[in-house]
Amino acid sequence: MNARSFPFLSALFSLALAISLLSQSAAPPSLTLLSRDGRRPLPIVMAGDQEFIGLDELAGVFQLAVHEESFGAITVSYKGKTIVLTPDQTLASVSGRLISLPAPPVRRGARWIVPLEFISRALAPIYDVRLDLRKPSHLLIVGDVHVPRITVRYDPLGAAGRLTIDATPRANSTVTQEGEHLTIKFDADALDVPNPPLPPPGSQSSPGLVQAVRVVDATTLAVDLGPRFAGFKSAAQPVDTTMRLVIDVVAAQTETTPAPQPAPAPDLPGAPAPSELPPALNPPSASIRTITVDPGHGGDDEGVKGAGGAKEKDLTLSVARRVKAVIEGRLGIRALLTRDDDRNVPIDERTAIANNNKADLFISVHLNASRRRSASGASIFCAAFDQAAHATAASSGAERLPTFGGGLRDIELVPWDLAQTRHIDQSTTFAAILEQQFRGHVPLADTPVDHAPLRVLESSNMPAVLIELGYLTNADQEKLITGDAFQNAFVQAIYDAVVRFRDALAEAATQ
Amino acid sequence: MTARRALAIAGLVAVAMAFVWVIRTAPRWRSTTRAVVAPSPTAPAPPGRKIKARLFYISESGTKLTGIERDVAYAENAAEQAREIVAAQVDAVAEPLVSALPAGTTLRALFLTDNGQAFVDLSREVVVGHPGGTVSELLTVYTIVNVVTANLPAITSVQVLVDGKEVDTLAGHVDLRRPLAKNLAWVQ
Repeated sequence: MNARSFPFLSALFSLALAISLLSQSAAPPSLTLLSRDGRRPLPIVMAGDQEFIGLDELAGVFQLAVHEESFGAITVSYKGKTIVLTPDQTLASVSGRLISLPAPPVRRGARWIVPLEFISRALAPIYDVRLDLRKPSHLLIVGDVHVPRITVRYDPLGAAGRLTIDATPRANSTVTQEGEHLTIKFDADALDVPNPPLPPPGSQSSPGLVQAVRVVDATTLAVDLGPRFAGFKSAAQPVDTTMRLVIDVVAAQTETTPAPQPAPAPDLPGAPAPSELPPALNPPSASIRTITVDPGHGGDDEGVKGAGGAKEKDLTLSVARRVKAVIEGRLGIRALLTRDDDRNVPIDERTAIANNNKADLFISVHLNASRRRSASGASIFCAAFDQAAHATAASSGAERLPTFGGGLRDIELVPWDLAQTRHIDQSTTFAAILEQQFRGHVPLADTPVDHAPLRVLESSNMPAVLIELGYLTNADQEKLITGDAFQNAFVQAIYDAVVRFRDALAEAATQ
Repeated sequence: MTARRALAIAGLVAVAMAFVWVIRTAPRWRSTTRAVVAPSPTAPAPPGRKIKARLFYISESGTKLTGIERDVAYAENAAEQAREIVAAQVDAVAEPLVSALPAGTTLRALFLTDNGQAFVDLSREVVVGHPGGTVSELLTVYTIVNVVTANLPAITSVQVLVDGKEVDTLAGHVDLRRPLAKNLAWVQ
């Protein structure tokens, strides 16, 4: 059986996909069922704070046999497979396997209602067509229908701005300008998109550049442009299961606000002058193709909390996003974030993202704390290993392993938690460049560069540094760090340091 | 037949009782294999005898440690002496001293290995009460590492445990999966 053969749906819906947006058509309380044959609403029943759905509704749609047994259980059968539900029990048996539901089945008059999770946890495992329940958007996708989840983010970058539009699972798109708006057409059957896709721009946004992002039809978004809009560039790249579309919008020159100026480095002849900075989306450098930026902490791990209420996890994410936007937009180097939202990512996972994507540089962003309120200034850390660790890493050597197609190949083996030992010299070089770029633009600590056994750096298989922007426990520093001027200066210094480091690597390679 | 069944039941009960006895007793056997020094017993030393120990507190700058000499009770073996020193270090202090250890942190246990490693088991307050931040965490860790290694030269490295267990970090930065050697670079 496949989705095309659904008798119930083909009879009800002979038209192609509806043209209205899912989130608009699925006005709660209803669950929108979407298949190749069309869509239909299924009523949601509220019980307490839980969303339920009638078993009779599901039975009609999915051709299930529902029986109330004499011993009190409710059996739901489909093609010889059985789900057993018990009133007042959150546990259910699905083909003999126990699953849990957020609430027990509830009797409403002559019918039984079950939590929405029944669909994903009990019905999906025994059904022979894919059932994808997207509870936040009240969407149930049946069969092979391509409905990417869309998230839209806008980051102001000085006088310009960047729209980042993620489609998960991946969906290609085309961007065209039509008068005063950009049209983004996705290669999909429909879109799972919040409404509105982008909240109204706040005070942080560039005024008059992007007015709004709205939904045009089932597969199209439109970006309403402001009077200051002068042009755009778009680029798409896959990130895991996501296709990320980045649209850089540029403001007209006459109305631009001052952008952060590149930090001059007169004492460093290798540093490029501002006019020599490469234009946006240049071909990537031969030496640095990917940078991983790691916003420290996140989720329930809030990190340092400032006296004024600033949280380390929020500031690190904000700054990391700016770094990513500048690195990608102006250098054309791929920049990955270890997290792009407020969630707790285990330390090893952060390093794994960098290692698995073969990043050429790892930058972890943090904020500092001290029980002495006077402590202040930014500092840069490289990993530190004792002699035993260096010896262990050096003695790991290579192992000769068979390859596909015959033959043997030497595979270099390095313990995961000692991977950084091979890159510590380059990490130290990058830290020194960072210090030089920060000096005069970002307040520095008494010891700006240091080495310490920091967990997130030790496993990084590339040059890696951890930057502490300053001390949130210092009220003056908190005020400074939360401001745009400081963050712009910081991001600019990082950008300049990456350019210099890239050039230094290239120079070393030619020698 | 009935007699055989009764015999079988009696046998099963006896086996079950033996099993319960083994389960309840085994942890005590295990615990005796380690030279754990619990903080509760007092050091077997003459009353009133003291040694000078160097304890560490946060410097005026807030980014380093500073060493202060203090009298600590004398103990007759290295493990007991280490316990006395760490116990003095975790004690609350008044201004102008500021400790890098969160308030309420206590020493649960301390034991030494034959190759000069110390395992210092601190209470969970060292994690729960920690303000975070790389430097703050480094100062906490090196307060413990240095107070043991700087005062007892036979001990070359320290592994910090929390609530009896190994931990990855205290606040997300400093790797505590391995013992750390003395590092006086953090002392001004």
